[in-house]
Amino acid sequence: MSEQTSTGRYLTEAMRQKLNELAPRYPTKQALTLPALHLVQDRYRCIPPEAIVEIAEFLELAPAQVLDTMTFYGSFFRTPDAPLGQFRIWVCRSLPCSLCGGEELLHKVCHRFGVEPGGTSQDGKVTVEPAECLGACELAPCVWVNGEVVKVTTDADLDQLYERLQAGAIGESAQ
Amino acid sequence: MTRDYEPVLLANLGVPDSHRLDVYRSRGGYQAIEKALRQHTPEEVVELVVQSKLRGRGGAGFPCGMKWKFLPKDRTVTYLCVNADESEPGTFNNRILMENDPHQVLEGIMIAAYATRAQTAYIYIRYEYVRAHRILQQAIQEAYDAGLLGRNILGTEFSLDIYLHRGAGAYICGEETGLIESLEGKRGWPRTKPPYPAVEGVFRKPTVVNNVETLCCVKHILDRGVDWFLSIGVPADPNNPRDLGSYGPKLYCVSGHVNRPGCYELPLGVPCRELIEDYAGGVRNGKGVKAVIPGGLSMGFLRADELDTPLDFSSLQKVGCLGLGTAAVVVFDEDTSIVDILHRSCRFFAHESCGQCTPCREGTAWMYRILNRIRNGEAEPSDLEILLEIADSIGIIPGTTICGLADGAAWPVKTAVRKFREEFEEYIRTRKGVTVG
Ligand SMILES: Cc1cc2nc3c(=O)[nH]c(=O)nc-3n(C[C@H](O)[C@H](O)[C@H](O)COP(=O)(O)O)c2cc1C
Ligand code: SF4
Ligand code: FES
Repeated sequence: MSEQTSTGRYLTEAMRQKLNELAPRYPTKQALTLPALHLVQDRYRCIPPEAIVEIAEFLELAPAQVLDTMTFYGSFFRTPDAPLGQFRIWVCRSLPCSLCGGEELLHKVCHRFGVEPGGTSQDGKVTVEPAECLGACELAPCVWVNGEVVKVTTDADLDQLYERLQAGAIGESAQ
Repeated sequence: MTRDYEPVLLANLGVPDSHRLDVYRSRGGYQAIEKALRQHTPEEVVELVVQSKLRGRGGAGFPCGMKWKFLPKDRTVTYLCVNADESEPGTFNNRILMENDPHQVLEGIMIAAYATRAQTAYIYIRYEYVRAHRILQQAIQEAYDAGLLGRNILGTEFSLDIYLHRGAGAYICGEETGLIESLEGKRGWPRTKPPYPAVEGVFRKPTVVNNVETLCCVKHILDRGVDWFLSIGVPADPNNPRDLGSYGPKLYCVSGHVNRPGCYELPLGVPCRELIEDYAGGVRNGKGVKAVIPGGLSMGFLRADELDTPLDFSSLQKVGCLGLGTAAVVVFDEDTSIVDILHRSCRFFAHESCGQCTPCREGTAWMYRILNRIRNGEAEPSDLEILLEIADSIGIIPGTTICGLADGAAWPVKTAVRKFREEFEEYIRTRKGVTVG
């Protein structure tokens, strides 16, 4: 275990540097757990078990502590055998959206991209998951695609979503 | 009365480039922090906020100034945690503020940090708010570059760093001690209180947790004065010494079956009916109202005959709701099935319970199972009693759980079953033996 991890297979130099930049913001290293998990997941579209060990080593924690944190949060929980697609689509089905057709929308989106709820398309491009309120209820019914929220009411809206996604022209950057 | 109300919190909405520092400044921005730093001691700012009777906008309605006063006098380190986890179904006002007027949010944070002597503020922002994250990050950078953040702000002794910290998709991290645990890098399990965060919060240091909208109100209290704030909203009932009043502006989010869903700024106490009809454009397709969630899902339901209830901190309890909550109003038209609504509510809370307290973990799962039974035509009328018994026994109010999530899970059940009992009974009777998907 130690041999492989000491070379830092998953936690790249750039990630380590980023975490070192963030470190002075917090009085403990453990506070970097979520930032580290985000970096790993953004890059690999999953959290490989080896990365857990590497994060733990880097933050001077027990792997069990990192694992415990990771499994608590809905955004993670992706293992290498079921990584996220390049685009993650969350279809909101909380009450305000479901009143405007959110439940049906989940099925329509799944159908359009040829996946089951929670599944990823064969080409690894799209993962579609049900979600709770995205904080954009004025756009109900809506979906979240890599950070961008889109209102999808008509079939034309769905076609447009599909086209934009195929063209890679969708999503928001956090930075 | 509400007709002539001029928005304050949303005053910059729609102004081109409202997110930019120069635009914010050209519209009077960062004068409130100047005033605080040059004219007031931190204690005086706390006193102003106490006098304004500002109550927290994040859901609990706790008096903001009083919370700040709970900080121990002899503290050396203080943290400010800004709660931008906004996950209560139906709620999106924090997002609107952060995306459109990020400097207003930062100025509120700066004033609160000055008042509480915090030198570090963390904005805990929900994972899904990617755009708000980017816009805030840019605004923070602009503020540093302009000497509004960092060391010796505006040439004074005051120093402050503001950091954004992204959540990872858990409703419970909006609960203030769940947020604190999450910020520390742990699972978001709420802590037993006491100790309260003011005494022992993040990294075991005295901590203030405030909602984004609360902090925006603080900015305007400094700008316009305490009397201005007290002139808006609903005064405390003089015959009820426990009524703390509902002062100031509020951002009401309206969604569901209305013609114009959106975020509306109005004085606290606007009647629910007025909000729906005059602002949100009434119910779609000319239909009638079946029920309304007045303050985010956790608060329970209003019936159509209760729509004249003012949306303030004390009136909603009188009609059986938990409170004002986040003032997120969700409207259901007359054709909506109350059973379907409650089914979705129970699904949400069963999914979001953190599992730490047995009554909440088991209770929310049981309630969801019973709702599934009802929808599958497998329930007996007596199941309604079981449902109510569970709902009445989980939460902080009956004293069985660590945090208020359980109360929020229970209130939709209690109000739906008690206010729409006949519909539930009828549904159970007619669905018996009929299976639905
Ligand atoms: C289950 C649960 C979820 C909560 N979610 C939020 C939230 O997303 N945002 C928020 O500001 N407060 C939320 N709160 C309330 C916070 O615990 C806390 O009262 C609030 O952040 C304090 O800020 P305020 O006094 O400025 O309102 C939640 C409470 C509970 C019990
Ligand atoms: S009440 Fe529920 S959500 Fe809150 S701490 Fe207990 S189990 Fe967790
Ligand atoms: S319910 Fe879908 S965004 Fe709020």
